Amino acid sequence: MIGLLWILLLALAWTAVNGEFTGGQLAAGLVLGTLITLFVRAPGSDYLRKAVVLFGFIGFFLWELVLANLRMARDVLSPRQRFAPGVIAVPLDLETEGAITAFSTLLTLTPGTLSLDISRDLKVLYIHDMYAADAGASRMAVKSGFERRIRRLLE
Amino acid sequence: MQAAVTGTLVLVGAGLMLIAAIGVVRMPDLFTRMQATTKAATLGAGLVILGTAVNFATFSVTTRAVAAIAFVLLTAPIAAHLLGRAAYFLGVPLWEGSVRDELRDRYDWETHILDSEVRPEGALPPDHPRA
Repeated sequence: MIGLLWILLLALAWTAVNGEFTGGQLAAGLVLGTLITLFVRAPGSDYLRKAVVLFGFIGFFLWELVLANLRMARDVLSPRQRFAPGVIAVPLDLETEGAITAFSTLLTLTPGTLSLDISRDLKVLYIHDMYAADAGASRMAVKSGFERRIRRLLE
Repeated sequence: MQAAVTGTLVLVGAGLMLIAAIGVVRMPDLFTRMQATTKAATLGAGLVILGTAVNFATFSVTTRAVAAIAFVLLTAPIAAHLLGRAAYFLGVPLWEGSVRDELRDRYDWETHILDSEVRPEGALPPDHPRA
């Protein structure tokens, strides 16, 4: 309830600073206010470190998205098909449902991987991988790169 | 300057989507096709929307562009996940050049329950209606 009040106050502050009280401005203020309160109330955190982790993650993700597209373009356009696709089981270290959702969603946008399904006990994520020749290496790459960062960000 | 940035963003975005479309034709099975479309749909559409925002350069268009990009980022992977899962159940085969399938034998084909380990032959999952 107090959180809601804060969001409203921040939204009003946003419209005031922008100097125009319109529906669009208020909506933008509400979104920003929600983000800010979510961010600030994360337990046991100092904001600066959290901000660094968040921006580092966004940069990393955008880079992975570009890389994914470049590889995809190479695979589509090259005359010979060099990829070796397969379905791989990735054991999860993540524990909260939110983190697992974020991980499996964003993983689809990183090079070569496509989330297919999660086991009922949330322990294993099954992915389709374009480069599955070495399953152990694929698992390691996903876990040490992407999962570790999600974990640092959300758990 | 602004026109150049807009043009570049829209062209690169459209180019990516063209590559994805070629991928749909050239890739050997449903799963590799979805790999091609999901990634390009996100970045390609994102770049085109970003180009629109740069072109108009007003607050209201920019906020809408950001929202649209966020929704594309969120929905494309979920759509891919559901399509891939449904295809797997329907028995859409993996390409013959696929090197492994660690999902095989882990689904319960009646209840669609997915285990984290391979069950022994004929065994039912603990909360299966007939167990």
